[in-house]
Formats: sequence, C-alpha cells, structure tokens
Amino acid sequence: MSFLEVSDLRVEFPTSDGLVKAVDGVTFTVERGETLAIVGESGSGKTVTNLALMGLLSKRGSRISGSAIMKGDAGNLELIDLADEQMRKIRGKNIAMIFQDPMSSLHPYYTIGDQIIEAHQVHNEVDIEVSTARAIELLEMVGIPDAANRLKAFPHQFSGGMRQRVMIAMALVNSPELLIADEPTTALDVTVQAQILKLLRELQSELKMAIILITHDLGVVAGAADRVNVMYAGKIVESAPVGELYANPLMPYTHGLLASIPRMDRGHGKRLSAIAGQPPSLIALPAGCAFAPRCNFTERVGGGPDRCKSTMPALTEHTPGHFARCHLEGAAL
Amino acid sequence: MINYLARRIAISIAILFAVSFAVYLIFAILPFDPAALTCGKSCNDPGIIEANRKRLGYDLPIWTQYVVFLKGLFLGRTFGEGAATIFCPAPSFGYSFQEHACVTNSILEALPVTLSLAIGALVLWLILGVGLGIVAARYRGRAADTGSTIFVLIGTSLPTFLTGLLLLVFVVVKWRILPYPSGNYTPLFENPLEWLNTMILPWITLAFAYAALYTRFVRNAVIETLSEDFIRTARAKGLSEKVVLRKHTLRAALAPLTTMAGLDFAGLLGGAILTEAVFNLPGLGRLSLGAVVDFDLPIIVATTILAATIVIFMNLLVDVLYAFIDPRVRVAA
Repeated sequence: MSFLEVSDLRVEFPTSDGLVKAVDGVTFTVERGETLAIVGESGSGKTVTNLALMGLLSKRGSRISGSAIMKGDAGNLELIDLADEQMRKIRGKNIAMIFQDPMSSLHPYYTIGDQIIEAHQVHNEVDIEVSTARAIELLEMVGIPDAANRLKAFPHQFSGGMRQRVMIAMALVNSPELLIADEPTTALDVTVQAQILKLLRELQSELKMAIILITHDLGVVAGAADRVNVMYAGKIVESAPVGELYANPLMPYTHGLLASIPRMDRGHGKRLSAIAGQPPSLIALPAGCAFAPRCNFTERVGGGPDRCKSTMPALTEHTPGHFARCHLEGAAL
Repeated sequence: MINYLARRIAISIAILFAVSFAVYLIFAILPFDPAALTCGKSCNDPGIIEANRKRLGYDLPIWTQYVVFLKGLFLGRTFGEGAATIFCPAPSFGYSFQEHACVTNSILEALPVTLSLAIGALVLWLILGVGLGIVAARYRGRAADTGSTIFVLIGTSLPTFLTGLLLLVFVVVKWRILPYPSGNYTPLFENPLEWLNTMILPWITLAFAYAALYTRFVRNAVIETLSEDFIRTARAKGLSEKVVLRKHTLRAALAPLTTMAGLDFAGLLGGAILTEAVFNLPGLGRLSLGAVVDFDLPIIVATTILAATIVIFMNLLVDVLYAFIDPRVRVAA
C-alpha cells in the first residue's frame, strides 16, 4: 500500500448559481520520497484537492466525499473525515504546506523567528530554547546565512526568494512526512525559482518526505517531479512519469500545455502556441469530455466529435504507468 | 526613530504657530470691534470701550497684538495698570470680559469635564465596538452577526441629541434611576459616585454612536484579515482557531483602529457640543458654544488653538504607536 492513497475525492461548493464541482472524482497515490506534480490551469481543482487533504476547506461552505488514507507515523489516517482537533494536530506536523506568495504568506508583524518557533512549539512540548535551536538549524538547512541573527528579522526585511526559504524552513520544522507545495515558485524570479526547486529536491532526499507539487507551469515540473497528474475541470486527464509525459503526451490538453511552453530551440519568429477557448464553467459541465469544445483532435476520434461531446472517456492505462482520459488511440497525437 | 520624532515635533510646532496666527486674525478680520464686545451687546459707553481697548491691547496693530499674545502664552500677561490690574499667569490666552476671568482659568475649569466625558466614552465604545465586531466576524452570517448589524444600524442612525434625550426621559424622568443633571460637575477625586452619576448617561450617549461605527469597522477588518494568506499559513501550521484569531488576526486587524480611535478621541476633546448641551455639562463644548453666541473672542481663539493642539498631538501619538504595532513602519521611519 502506498504512503498516501487518494480515491474518488470529490469537493463540491454549493453556490447560489448552482453546485460547483471543483474536484470531481480524483484518484492518485504518492509514495515516500516521491514528488507528484499536479498540473493544470486556474480552476482545474489542483489547489482545492490539496486544501481538502489539509482539512483547510470550510465545512460550512463545501461538501467533501471520497477517501484519502495516509499511512504515516501516526498510523493509518483517513484524512477526509478526521475530526477538526485531530486534523489540527496533523497539520504542520505530519503534513505541511508552502504557498504561492511568500510576500503575503508570512505574518508582517512577527519576526520570522517567532513564526518558526511557534510552528515548532504548537506540536512539541519543549522549552523555547529547544525550538529556537531547531529554528536556527532549519534556517541554515534552507541556506539562510547568519541564521541566529536573522531570527530577529521581520519578513519585510527579506527578498522574495529568501522569504520562500523561510516558509520552507517553517514547513519543515516538524519534519513532515508530506509536504504540499502550492505554486511555490510562481511569484519568484526565474533564477530564484530554480534555486528553490533545487532546494526542495535536496531536502526531500535528506528527509525522505513525499511532496505534492502544485503548479501550472510544466517547465517547473520537468526538473522537480517524478510523476505528473494533469488536471482539467476537476478531473485527472493524464497521469504519467515525468519523462514519459514530455516524450509522449497522450491527451490533447497535455499536448497543448507542452506546446505553449516557450522554447529557445523552436526557431525565430514563431508565435507561441496557445490553447484556444476558455475552461468550462464548473457548474454546468458537459456530459462528455470537458476539453472537447477546445480540442483540435476530435475529428480523429473513432466515432467523431459527437462521441467526445456525449461520452466521458475513462482514465485508461495506455502503456504501463501512463494513464490518459481520451478517446484517441495513443499514437494518434 | 529619534530623528523621525524630532522632525515630527518640529513640524507640529510650526503648524501650531500657523494655526494660532490664522485663528488670531479673527480679531482683525471680523467686522466687530473687539473692544466694544468686551462690555456686552447693549453697552455703548465710549468711555468704557476705549478704556478696555487700551487695557486689552486692542489699540495695537494686529502683528503686535499677536506677538503680545504669544508672549503671554509663555510669560503670562498683565492687563491694565494701577488698582485695576489683572494678571493672568502663563500660559495666558487672554482675558474674557464675558466670564470676567482669565481665559486659561475658564478652560482649566471646563477641560476636566470634557476629559472625563471623552475618556469614559472612549473606553466604553472601544470595549463594546471591538467586542461586538469580533463576535460578529467570528460568527459571520449567524444570529450574533445579524444582531450586531441591527445594533450598527440603530447606532449610526440615531443622532446623539436624540439618544441623550431618550436616556434622560427614561432613566431620569420615568424610572428615576438617576437624578436630574444639575449643571454642575463633581470632580472624580471629590466624590467618585457623584461623578459617575453625572457622567454615566453622557458616556452611554456618546459611546452608543461611536460603538456602532467601531463594530462595523472591526467586523469588516477581522473578516478581511481572516482571508489573508498569512492566516492560511497560521492554520496550516496547526494552530488552534483561538490562537489564529487572537494572535494572528486581531493584531493585524486592529492596528488601523489606533488611528481611528486617536482622531475620534481628539475630536471629542475639542468638545462634544451636543452631548454637553443635552446633559448640561460645563465642558469645553459648552464653553465654546457660549463663546460663539456671545462673540467672546478670546475664548474662541483659545478653544480653537486648544482643539488644534490636541488633534496635532494625537496624530503624533498615533504615528508613534503605529510604529510599535507595525514593524514595517518602524523601519521606514
């Protein structure tokens, strides 16, 4: 059994316009020491999936069903219907999270020392000195020079990349088994992005933790992940080891995403390709494939565009470990 | 910080000089003869008028008058000569012929009344407004929130003179819980119970109006802060809702309240004219109102300069306090 097994996870938000199906039957597994990337554009359900795992969605505003079993140090835990207090004890200890915008994710009024020490104190009944030493250790680990003195600094005295390092230090202070990184590099300069991803990679091999890396940027995924889940309109549409996905995308949406990455070797004067159209409304999803209205390949499907529009393709394994949700036969792309 | 403070204080003093001069110009600009005003509206004995003109220095050019006025502020001032000499010690704001007293004395008599009124009301409305605002935000959309909305609506719609009169009608006239306002003021240290009896209804009257504004402000500020990224971080650390609210949310949400409370308080110290009138309190508001009605120019000049001083001082105090609350301000300063 895998470290984390998510099966048929559904998250729905009742709104005055109708039921928003943000996550629509998502199934995946993550192993210890593995990085799973979840890729998709805004509104594809990638962040909501992980907020559900963290128990950070409001119970009053959302309906969550399905299962997410974490086989960790705390035993087998069903994360989806854990009591609030139990979930709170796991958050920050067994599962930690880092966020997109390190500028706004740290509290502006407290020193970074206060914030890291607080994260340690809440889960460990130890003296403040022990937590302080741990905070210094973590800051050194994430590559912040002069860590002992920097504890007294406020977030606004750090650059964006340094703040994200502080966030990572804070997330790792209790040696979590699972780290959820929600767009950890999106708000950073490109050179800093690479540093942060490299750091995450190094820390992972040191601490043997599982990482779920949420991003909309397939460029980030290439060097940072082992396996990729592509999400579209609340569903996983393709899942493959990272090399396989780049070499051989099976789903037209993945193909479109890959084609839209700017590349140096594509030659001068060529326009960057884009996927036409908009993602569908999550309230009135079409009966068939949600991507069909934007898809250029429906003519090539056996049964034609009508089949794409009327029947939802199943997530099927085309080659070992490579799943795709598409009526097209594999090699057709 | 010291540099910043010194600069701010220097600017404040410059502003005060400008304000005092502008206010002093009413002696020159208004179409009244200040000397004629000193002997009452129906007085037209040229002998008395001319004598007073000389005694009070109104025969001098306006510039000289202003300099004499400034000198009086620091050194005290002697009016007249011989047997009819009146000396007003520093800080002397002049002599009022309506009150037959040094202006400073009239103000020193009225100031404790207004201070009692403003401080008591401030404490009351801060407790009520902040408390209700937090509860409304915490239980947003539920009964407590609806209740607070109704309170806000009533509080902001009822003018203070109406609230004051209603309180008088019920508490004093119908239920006879408190005695009629006597028009006198008993200092706190002379008879605390009597003081409380005099002040409690004016406090409630003022606090009711302000508490409504503060409830609305605090509710919105807390709700807005709860949606900040750093609050999500606090939750992701596994902090309990109590800690998230008390430590992480309130400090950030209530910081702007310092500005609001400081300026509202300063405004009240200038005289809560309506409330003082309704409850017959001999405070600064009543003093200024009387002075305006009787064209008691020295008092008008003094109360205006006093009000400006209070506003400028409170602004300074708020800025300094803010630096303690928000580390980002500290560094910028």
